[in-house]
Amino acid sequence: MATSEMTIKKTADYVSPTRQRVMGILFLLIAFSIWFFFSRSLEPGLQTTFGLTPGGSETQLPDWIFTTAPVLNILALVCAILGGAQLARGFGSRTNLVLAWVAGIFIFSFLAWGASGGSLNMAGLLRSSLVRSVPITIGALSGVLCERAGVVNIAIEGMMLTGAMTGTLVGSLTNMWIGLLAAVAVGGLLGLGHAILSIRYKADQIISGTVINIGAVGITSFISAKFLQKYQELNSPGIFPAWDIPALSKIPFIGPIFFEHNLFVYALFFFLIVLHVGLFYTRWGLRMRSVGEHPKAADTLGINVFRTRYMAVILGGMMAGFGGGYFTVGSVGRFDEVMTAGRGFIGLAAMIFGNWTPFGSFGAGLLFGFTDSLASKLAILGVGIPSEVLLMVPYIATMIVLAGVVGRGQMPAADGKPYEKE
Amino acid sequence: MTDHEEQPQEQPEEQTQEQPEEVRRSFVSVFVEEVSASPLTITILAIVSALILGGLLVALTSEDVYAAWGESPLLAIRTGFEAAWSTYVALFEGAIGSPARMFAALQSGDAEEIRRAFNPFFETLVQATPLIFTGLALALGFRAGLFNIGAEGQLFIGAIFAVAAGIYIKGLPPIIHVPLAFMIGALGGALWGFVPGILKAKTGAHEVINTIMMNYIAFRLSEWLLRGPLQAPNSFVPISANIEESAQLWTFFGAPIRFHAGFLIALVMAWLVYWFLFKTRWGFDFRSVGMNPRASRYSGMNIVVVTVLAMSMSGALAGMAGANEVLGVNHNLAVAFSSGYGFDAIAIALLGKSHPLGVVLGALLFGALRSGAIQMQLQAGIPIDIISVIQAFILAFIAAPAIIRTIYRLKTPSIYKGEVFSRGWGGD
Repeated sequence: MATSEMTIKKTADYVSPTRQRVMGILFLLIAFSIWFFFSRSLEPGLQTTFGLTPGGSETQLPDWIFTTAPVLNILALVCAILGGAQLARGFGSRTNLVLAWVAGIFIFSFLAWGASGGSLNMAGLLRSSLVRSVPITIGALSGVLCERAGVVNIAIEGMMLTGAMTGTLVGSLTNMWIGLLAAVAVGGLLGLGHAILSIRYKADQIISGTVINIGAVGITSFISAKFLQKYQELNSPGIFPAWDIPALSKIPFIGPIFFEHNLFVYALFFFLIVLHVGLFYTRWGLRMRSVGEHPKAADTLGINVFRTRYMAVILGGMMAGFGGGYFTVGSVGRFDEVMTAGRGFIGLAAMIFGNWTPFGSFGAGLLFGFTDSLASKLAILGVGIPSEVLLMVPYIATMIVLAGVVGRGQMPAADGKPYEKE
Repeated sequence: MTDHEEQPQEQPEEQTQEQPEEVRRSFVSVFVEEVSASPLTITILAIVSALILGGLLVALTSEDVYAAWGESPLLAIRTGFEAAWSTYVALFEGAIGSPARMFAALQSGDAEEIRRAFNPFFETLVQATPLIFTGLALALGFRAGLFNIGAEGQLFIGAIFAVAAGIYIKGLPPIIHVPLAFMIGALGGALWGFVPGILKAKTGAHEVINTIMMNYIAFRLSEWLLRGPLQAPNSFVPISANIEESAQLWTFFGAPIRFHAGFLIALVMAWLVYWFLFKTRWGFDFRSVGMNPRASRYSGMNIVVVTVLAMSMSGALAGMAGANEVLGVNHNLAVAFSSGYGFDAIAIALLGKSHPLGVVLGALLFGALRSGAIQMQLQAGIPIDIISVIQAFILAFIAAPAIIRTIYRLKTPSIYKGEVFSRGWGGD
């Protein structure tokens, strides 16, 4: 339909009057609910304690203690002012940034309210959010690689699952480094399969992805039931140890959150930067994006559309395989059937939420990792929200973004369309 | 829109009248050409090839084969062949029943022994029933150009609605309670299909992403309900109470046969979907929009209504699968009670060329695989998950028939049109 033309015409700076008003009202509503639901329900003298040192870390920082109600009132006021400003003149191109700030304030208020009269280890929460965001973001990066070149990849889940199983099996037989390499290789192979089915044989890309997803569940559970459960020595690859980055890990608060992790977190940072630079500042990335946006034009200019797509999908598969390795050699140290539990699909959601960009995906991955991590802490907070409801947030948020309520994403124009040379 | 239609790769017409020796072609060669041109051949070869590859997997992962390899490769090949053969024999006996046992039971005349001997066959029908519903759901979507990958979630919601209707509505006679609970289940599924439908029609958001998201929302919702409001009193595991007896679907035979009226409802629904798609004006609109949305819009069809209606109806059919499981088989709802009926449906709908009759046949095949696999696991020690591998291969071969054509050297039919199941993320 006409949507793709519309998105091109609509420049990034333009914010429609309706959206400006809707956003303003939303900010005001958030301000109101912080005051009405959180602040008003508290007894005046209650205090909130936020721990600023994650458990087990050597870089200590004293707890942060404040009286809850006044802080909440100030935050509500800030939101209200932002809402008023948005209604009066609008933030223009910075609307989404302000929205992120308001959302952040809301989450902070929620936590302060939930932890009032008790304590919450904030640093621990953020750190586990980052850790939980790793498989999601790596899955999203796999999607970015494929879809920027115009191939839809809903098989991230299957590729991750197979990578996880292979990492365990090969890792147990040799060592975890080779196991991780094998996970990457198997991911690449599945990527090749996806590419052959969808580029060479022009099978529907969603069906091709489904083939991999169904097959991956089948083959990994089969091998797990046949070998891994029977011979435990085949299911103990070991776990990558945490490496503290020398100087950086000593920074209070930031250090323990970002720089006391194992290989996978650092690899995530590395991939993020490489992929961002590669996609947007190199000839390689320009070619790949052009193949995803307008393959015919790219072909006319002498770019080999098929080869570029093959490369992108194989790289995407390898990325997903690496993400699969996280589940076994990166965190648990053993393989269980269907252990990815939909993380690949959350990765797909993070890619959409992050607007098909590496750093956007990382932001979305962090947000989804945060909900994941918060869901496991809800019982401690005792706020009466079922953790399952919180776990729905990534999916609902993605649907809202996809529907264009907070600005339509810029997906590659030729995403999902097979290319036919004429 | 030309990129959706594959150009014929070869032009077999040249061989027809110009060449005089054409007349003298043997009966066999004409037959071979006819057979290779038939789409049914591809379907059958896809199934057979997938089964062969499944057998290969069994042989390659068999410990007996590894042991035999140490002695001689030839022995290993023989052992592998035997392992695969015994696997499929167990699969067949689990799916249809052992002919010898059936015969002996009939001769003995013992009613219970007869039921036991014939139980595998009925179990196949029980397994096929939800697959017929979900397969029809996918097929209806494909016909309207929509890829409803969310049948699994719609099935869950249908089951939740049906189980609630079965538990909380009391004091109705079965003749009213059963259809009511069934329809409420369908309504739940329809609701879960409506949301992606309206989002697609109004905002262009792709139904594949939205249905995937709705799947996971449904899973989380069912987990929450089963740990909270729907959990059976005095239960420590997340499981609902049993439904009222008046809401249970009718059964016809004594234990152990679980066969129930759901199968008959599924057949009726298959006929209704056929009638709707091919004999009504609305069905024509569906198929027209599915083939070419732009042309349909210019000819005055209401794409918005068709899209919303198609997704809702597809969801309703998937919801019926959930209702069928709850009212006919389990009589309660447990976490993760469905083992992927909604995902199998993708392969079934493609296998059946999105035609209701094809869907029924495909569902029977997959039901037989599922029910046979349980026996196979017990008898041959082969994990049940091999079924998923076989299904993935079937799906791959059906989605890319060129693979089958290449392997078996089939001729490419002159009028080959690539089928369009869904379009790119961004609408059309």
